Amino acid sequence: MIAFLGKRMAMLLATLLVASFAIYGALYLAPGSPIAALTGGRSVPPEVLAQLEERYHLNEPFLTRYWLWLSGVVRGDLGESIPLRQDVSTIIGQRIGVTLQLVMLTAAIIIIVGVGLGIVGALGRKSVDFGVLLASTVSAALPAFAAAVLLQFVFGVMLGWFPVLGTGDGFVDQLRHLTLPALALAATSVALVARVTRTAVRDELDKEHVQTAVSRGLPWRDVVRRHVLRNAAIPITTVVGITIASLIALAAVVETAFGLNGLGAYLVQAAQNKDFATVQGISLVLVFAFVITNVIIDIAYAILDPRVTLGSRAQ
Amino acid sequence: MSIEIVDPVAEAEEASPDRRTLRRLGWVGWISIGVIVLALLMAVLGPILAPFDPNQGDLSFANVGPFGQHLLGFDGQGRDVLSRLLVGARTAIFGAAAVALVAVVIGTTLALVTAWFGGKVDATASVVIDVVFAFPGILLAILAAAVFGPSLFSAGLALAIAYSPYVARVLRGAALKERAMTYIAALEVQGFGAWRLCARHLLPNISSLIVAQGTILFGFAMVDLAAISFLGLGVQTPQADWGVMVSEGKTSLLQGYPLVSISAVLCIVAVVAAVSFLGDRLDTSSKAVNR
Repeated sequence: MIAFLGKRMAMLLATLLVASFAIYGALYLAPGSPIAALTGGRSVPPEVLAQLEERYHLNEPFLTRYWLWLSGVVRGDLGESIPLRQDVSTIIGQRIGVTLQLVMLTAAIIIIVGVGLGIVGALGRKSVDFGVLLASTVSAALPAFAAAVLLQFVFGVMLGWFPVLGTGDGFVDQLRHLTLPALALAATSVALVARVTRTAVRDELDKEHVQTAVSRGLPWRDVVRRHVLRNAAIPITTVVGITIASLIALAAVVETAFGLNGLGAYLVQAAQNKDFATVQGISLVLVFAFVITNVIIDIAYAILDPRVTLGSRAQ
Repeated sequence: MSIEIVDPVAEAEEASPDRRTLRRLGWVGWISIGVIVLALLMAVLGPILAPFDPNQGDLSFANVGPFGQHLLGFDGQGRDVLSRLLVGARTAIFGAAAVALVAVVIGTTLALVTAWFGGKVDATASVVIDVVFAFPGILLAILAAAVFGPSLFSAGLALAIAYSPYVARVLRGAALKERAMTYIAALEVQGFGAWRLCARHLLPNISSLIVAQGTILFGFAMVDLAAISFLGLGVQTPQADWGVMVSEGKTSLLQGYPLVSISAVLCIVAVVAAVSFLGDRLDTSSKAVNR
């Protein structure tokens, strides 16, 4: 297990290093000079120019600049946003909370509703199963931005149950503001998780060890809990993990749609304003979160399924 | 993961794989085909069919509902919604098709090269693939917009690159299996080159899988491209595009006039649902190759 974890961590660090290089390099190659952004296009005296170049290390070769940036990143210093004259880590710190809350609330909805519906569909009567299948087919075809717009109209404008824009103050108000965004973000994933859960549970119900357990007179509840769900948990965990990882980037769309002041929405703004330091910083944080989530899925997979030889990757 | 057990005799008795797929479609499948044909017609003929100028607005008609020849009414800037939907089909559909095509070409090439040569080539490629896997498609598209400026081209290219590892991973398995077959070894012994073997023998044998992957990717690409245009980083206003229309219509929607956003959303959802249904069917019919 320790060797497996060590190997996974080494791969994780290597991936992050290359990804950070890719992010920094891509934005380094972007047309437009940072000097123009700093001076707002005005001509400035040469000594000021030299000072600016000195301060932002603009005269250093690319690899030196990458190294300076990376060593800053490791210390938690992500550089300075030129248009905002503000530390990127401060900008991220102010906004990461909203994104985290949104992703966590969405993950909770996906796990509770998705897995719940799947189990109910697989164990329930035919009409129940059909209902689950129908609901998941409709919601699977609903991309996050489409769900956002529809929810805003139905529950915000028509019924007036939930606010459609902004973050809100205080726990209850924040929860109210995050309900619709989380539902919009969850729509596709709930459907996917429900479908995989339903199939996994049904497959397990047909297996011989379940029939044996039933014929030996074990209570149905115990058969389901100990023999069916325990085995079905493996594919379910995989799909839940993959969908939750995908939320990290998709949150940008929902945050923008609902005017939430989160990381993703700000990344979009920074990309439009060519605020490169901020784009680099937020992208790095999102990639980090995405990769870490994937590692957690791999580890969970290895723990849940003893047959997975540690060191080989989950499919 | 369930393994579909295929009876080889029953498989062989079927006339042709295409006919088998067609027979399994059912009425939902035929509706899906209808939706896709309609969407393709809109994409090709949209600008000709559009009854009014999609970009010419009259503010005195802003957010006015359907009347007369204006079957879907007007948007927030007084432009004819139906005309904008018809014209906007082109970027939505051909954009997504181009993304899927490029992703499939890159992915298939990667899969064939890694499966054929193995060893160091395979190891290097899998490192590259792992790094690309670390970037979700939307994030890569936002980065591309920051670097090259927001446009359909930069968003599409970023998505194609982000999708290609998924194609490569699925196809690599199938290609490896095919590579191990004796007929390949036999042909190799006869002195046929790698290029000819891949193009003439390996590729046709995994083609149904490639088509299934392309179909599934088309659905993803359409959703993601629309999402990027919705964010303002893809197709730029005032150009008509389904994703752009959803975001343009949002102001009207919050004022209680939802027709613009909702009609664009319905177009996207209908095409994506139709394509993903057909993609699922194609995928199950090629599962025997997959595993």
